[in-house]
Amino acid sequence: MRLRIYYPVLATAVLIVLLHLALAYADATYYMTQITMSAYYALVVIGLCLLMGYAGQASLGHAGFFAIGGYTAAVLTTYNLRPYADAPFVSLCRALGLTMQWKDLYGTDILSFTPWAAFGSALLLTGLIALVIGASVIRLKGHYLAMATLGFGLIVYRIALGTPVLGRADGISNVPPFHLLGSLQVNGRAPFRIQNYYLAWVVVLIAMVLALNLVHSRVGRALRSIHENEEAAHSLGVNTYRYKLAVFVLSAIFAAMGGALLTHYSGSIGPAEATVMKSVRYVAIVAVGGMANLWGAMVMGILLNFLSLRGVFGSFDDTVFGAILIMMMIFAPQGLLRVPRLRALGSLVSRRSHA
Amino acid sequence: MDKALLSTRNLHRSFGGVHAVKDVSFHVPTGAIKAVIGPNGAGKTTLFNLIAGTLTPHQGQVIFRGQPITGHKPHAVAALGIARTFQTTKLFPHMTVLENVMMGRHTRTRSGFLAGMFNAPWTWREQRQTEAKARAILEELGLTAHTNETACNLPFGRQRLVEFARALATEPSLLLLDEPAAGLNIYETQQLSQLILKIRDTGITCLVVEHDMSLVMNISDEVVVLDQGHKIAEGPPAAIQRNPEVIRVYLGDEHA
Amino acid sequence: MNLPQIVEYARSGITVGSIYAIVAIGFNIIYACTGIINFAQGEFLIVGAMTAISLSHVLPLPAAIAGAVLVTALLGGLLEIVFIRPVKNASVLRLIVVTIGLSIVIREAMLHLWGETVRSLPYFTGTAVSTVTILGAGVSLQVFWVLGVSAVIVAALTLFFRFTLTGRAMRACADDRMAARLCGINDRWMVTLSFMLSAGIGALAGCVISPVTQTQYDMGAPLAIKGFTVAIIGGLGNSMGAVAAGLFLGLLEAFVTSQSSAYKEAVSIVVLLLILVFRPSGLFTRSDVSALRTA
Repeated sequence: MRLRIYYPVLATAVLIVLLHLALAYADATYYMTQITMSAYYALVVIGLCLLMGYAGQASLGHAGFFAIGGYTAAVLTTYNLRPYADAPFVSLCRALGLTMQWKDLYGTDILSFTPWAAFGSALLLTGLIALVIGASVIRLKGHYLAMATLGFGLIVYRIALGTPVLGRADGISNVPPFHLLGSLQVNGRAPFRIQNYYLAWVVVLIAMVLALNLVHSRVGRALRSIHENEEAAHSLGVNTYRYKLAVFVLSAIFAAMGGALLTHYSGSIGPAEATVMKSVRYVAIVAVGGMANLWGAMVMGILLNFLSLRGVFGSFDDTVFGAILIMMMIFAPQGLLRVPRLRALGSLVSRRSHA
Repeated sequence: MDKALLSTRNLHRSFGGVHAVKDVSFHVPTGAIKAVIGPNGAGKTTLFNLIAGTLTPHQGQVIFRGQPITGHKPHAVAALGIARTFQTTKLFPHMTVLENVMMGRHTRTRSGFLAGMFNAPWTWREQRQTEAKARAILEELGLTAHTNETACNLPFGRQRLVEFARALATEPSLLLLDEPAAGLNIYETQQLSQLILKIRDTGITCLVVEHDMSLVMNISDEVVVLDQGHKIAEGPPAAIQRNPEVIRVYLGDEHA
Repeated sequence: MNLPQIVEYARSGITVGSIYAIVAIGFNIIYACTGIINFAQGEFLIVGAMTAISLSHVLPLPAAIAGAVLVTALLGGLLEIVFIRPVKNASVLRLIVVTIGLSIVIREAMLHLWGETVRSLPYFTGTAVSTVTILGAGVSLQVFWVLGVSAVIVAALTLFFRFTLTGRAMRACADDRMAARLCGINDRWMVTLSFMLSAGIGALAGCVISPVTQTQYDMGAPLAIKGFTVAIIGGLGNSMGAVAAGLFLGLLEAFVTSQSSAYKEAVSIVVLLLILVFRPSGLFTRSDVSALRTA
């Protein structure tokens, strides 16, 4: 019975291969770079969809979590530990194989943490920060939660902009590729384009499967019940505070994952990733996807980010997302895929978007 | 009173300067239907919320199975086997009837975030059992035809029945009913009394807050009368109907 | 820190603080009438100032400012009619999202209309260098304009809500929409009016502050955050609380900035987060009310 929720995953996998073939045929494989980047942004959207669409809690600070993930990965893999090579902590990390030696673009020898260690730390740190922030603000409702998370996002932006080790306005560049296994690596250079296209999609599909499982589980039902009527959910034994906090942390970790992987892929990260506008963009995408609709969020996450990265919207980039927000809320609060005329299309994408 | 399933001791709660519930003590014997009545603003719903954990009493204690549960949060109260319905029906409007009732199984099931995300095999059986139980309860209440309907599309009386089904799905030992007859017609109210009696006969103790005197007098084993936050009378329905204080409160001084 | 320095920081604190208070009152007017927090509130100030700057090329200054206030008020009313009114069965979440969208669209529209150039209105009296000396520190004349206009706005609003029929009708809507409607008050028009009013006073505040802080298209969002902080500290819906809280936040910012300017923006946000976590009902309200806003 539950296998049915995986059919769209298989369909998407087939489409991904077909898209590759089509791009190869059209000799336009360079599009894959933006698709890969969009896929990592889509991770944020998938997490936010769980938080906003299913549990009904607004967050205007998810770019903050994305940036914490990305900056942690960037700092730990680029900060040169050579001067401290003999300090006890660094020696211990070296003995444990958590560090690596490499040369940057200018030929400087660098001793830094491995991407795996950095990735683990990024997720852990983001999770902890989300736990602390969430524990204090998740009790708030509506406007208050939105403003509190917005405030959090602004603080992250200010810190990124004002801290020397984070590169201030320039951000951090020269982030090394992320060697996963053997020759498999998160690397933005042209020879790795096809490999990374599939890698990113695999990550997104795994995230989708995890999210879909969650949504269709006992916990998913409880999250939706909180959205629908918090008091009733509470009276039925749902620890609403803990569930909201847990899904807040979970969605932050999804965002951090996207941030860390994209940072390795593009080799750099800057404060532009932490702006409020980015957070609003993620919210807009979840809204277009139809709030409680993971497939809608994922498809829109990749499509809109792709168009934005290709520069299709030109100098109207932010305007487009602002306008999308307004139009969706006024005309189609259930998402584009639920507008009656498009419902047939919607049923192709998701058979039971939430049940 | 060792037979009491639930007792309150000197419960007290005020809002601003208004004493909504003042020094209220009573017992709910196991297996009985106990009713709390009183005119509007007597503090019935406040009392109810104090027991269910929605509000915290300023003084006094709530004791369930001999253990104090004063100040427990609603989810903790629910986990002990106390289920409730609301004065204005609070279903999950955009979930199906089946899902609503399945939510009632929350305290009786365990799979958490990780098990859910990784779709652990042992959660499958739990899911099947949850669904089977929910369907059984829907059938018992004659709601099978509505199983897959969206809750907010049901007529009002049916919604109330679904809320009952959801509360029963928690397999409570104590069921708190907040004005179950509010908004129902006479026919529906009669059905409801039958249902409450049937629930009691399955061994579930019921505490009913009600405005509708006929319902209370027909089904309850004992009645507590509140007025302006005070308990003014307690006893079997027949005795309550003759109590001059109760008559004064309900009908005015000249009838006493 | 010597005395003139203290006066200097106090001056800058009180000046921006009174503007924060006006932004907060703008939030309050709309919130009281509709329960919406209008995330586009900061944009009204910038629209007002920019319009006045453009008009001041062809009109005398007072006329330009009056025109800008009128234009912005009409814009506020228009936004409500076009974008807020049609949202049916509006949940708070949806309305928040709409006003966020509006703030972005307005800001981007200003970018395309006026560009990234930093502009400012001329000083209302005298020039940038004409000052009054107070306790050894030079204080610009514009500061008195800011304080005077803020005081007039607060006083006028108080009188409006107390003594005019329209003001009372708006308060009735805030208390109970349905009851107000039953009394024959056109509640929809009251909502539109609340948007016009808060846009109008926002525009006026934007104009008086423009010579001091200058104006750029993207300055609305930070103002909105600070105004919201002030509205929360003062207790949503409480105008006098907003004035006190505005001055408090302005002074706090000025003196913290005197120590390290890097964290200027962070001050108000940290204050906001602390207030939201510990006293969401504000510092000047009893905590009973906060139960309504948190779980």
